[in-house]
Amino acid sequence: MSDKPKVAFYWCSSCGGCEEAVVDLAEQILDVVAAVDIVFWPVALDFKKADVEAMEDGSILAAFVNGAIRTTEQEEMAHLLRRKAKVLVAFGSCAHLGGIPALANLWDREAIFATVYRTTPSTVNPDGVMPQVATSHNGDWVTLPGFYNTVRSLDQVTSVDYYIPGCAPTPNIIAGAVQTLLSGDLPPAGTVLAPDIALCEECPRLDTKPQDLSLERFRRPHEILIDEDTCLLAQGLLCMGPATRAGCGQLCIRGNMPCTGCFGPTSKVHDQGGKYLSAIASMLSATEDVAIESALDGIPDPIGTFYRYGLAGSLLRRRTMTPVDA
Amino acid sequence: MPEPIEVPQESGAGWEPRIVAFFCNWCTYLAADLAGTSRMKYAPNARVIRVMCSGRIDPQFVMEAFAKGADGVLIGGCHFGDCHYQSGNHKALRRFMLLKRVLVGMGIEEERIRLEWISAAEADKLRDVMNDMVARLTALGPLQLEVPAEGFTEAARITELEEVTA
Repeated sequence: MSDKPKVAFYWCSSCGGCEEAVVDLAEQILDVVAAVDIVFWPVALDFKKADVEAMEDGSILAAFVNGAIRTTEQEEMAHLLRRKAKVLVAFGSCAHLGGIPALANLWDREAIFATVYRTTPSTVNPDGVMPQVATSHNGDWVTLPGFYNTVRSLDQVTSVDYYIPGCAPTPNIIAGAVQTLLSGDLPPAGTVLAPDIALCEECPRLDTKPQDLSLERFRRPHEILIDEDTCLLAQGLLCMGPATRAGCGQLCIRGNMPCTGCFGPTSKVHDQGGKYLSAIASMLSATEDVAIESALDGIPDPIGTFYRYGLAGSLLRRRTMTPVDA
Repeated sequence: MPEPIEVPQESGAGWEPRIVAFFCNWCTYLAADLAGTSRMKYAPNARVIRVMCSGRIDPQFVMEAFAKGADGVLIGGCHFGDCHYQSGNHKALRRFMLLKRVLVGMGIEEERIRLEWISAAEADKLRDVMNDMVARLTALGPLQLEVPAEGFTEAARITELEEVTA
């Protein structure tokens, strides 16, 4: 095998979009392939876990792991890749902060299994069969990974050196991150490999953002004809720009849709949702309880809006399940 | 200053609710001062943090207090019309109402977070609010977040691992 640096890709609880993002590098992927050996990439190459186990510890330069940690298998792979790689990179929103899968932290294993295997209208399960970690069939044992109660980000399972944010990370961000890693001039561990400023600061509509925003109510994108040049917050839309890291190239804004916050917060913010909640509540013009309540009714799903990609990485991490009295 | 006394964190004999109180510099903090100089007696369960204005209280402060073990958070500010910065308390109210929706959605009971307007002269209101909140929290019991703020401890993880692979 050549002495090119080795890299590995792995996916945990994710949708496959991050794998697409790597392929989306298009011609640039040839530069990456010319510079490195890909030694493990289940979605594209036929290397097995045993191949990784056989490698020397620390022999992989960088392992890019996308997806949140939901099962015992994913946790095991995260630990394995941590051992084998010098640099472990959390790739994409799910590995970074929990991502969309972490919204399941508003429920627990029992509630999720009950919905998926019992109560959805399309489910036919008269015997009430539920997933088991081990079951015997004709004398053989069949096993499945265990399913945790809580979804975690990669750094809640093992130590992570760098983060590449985004759902999915954009080609520019990936190419920039790969160049940084190959250059050998590494930033401090724990760095998110994207600009450390809020999206608003590089927004093409920044000039139309009023100094003092004052909103009577919030609007959802389907309720109005969205002006293509005006600040989306000024139009009453819940744009996550003020509390979200820049670097995405303002793709959603340029598509005339509000930012949903996939790049996570900047380094100065601990809790993206908390910070955003603070910003938009102060923008409301209502001053009395009743008027404020009615304005807040314009946010039908506050947690799903403020923590769409970051519930696992938030200060509270999950909902505390309180028993419901029958 | 007396040494802080370690109180049991689990419910049961000897447990006392822990409250983090954010008081504005111009009204509620002065009310607490007045309560002290007037030698009023009230529940000693709050750790008071002085902020310049209730509008300075970032929702992250409240979340962090809960994540680090507070059983309740009390926010005290000036009455409407009295804000030293004119509208800080109005902002505080809006943030508080939205924050409460989020916290309730995260399984934290409504009684655990409270906003009160207490002027510099209302030491008796401060005493009553504090006593009332402690009584409610005592009835509610400790807040037991399912995930500790410092992340999953190794022991908790292994227990869960054994549970799901049993």
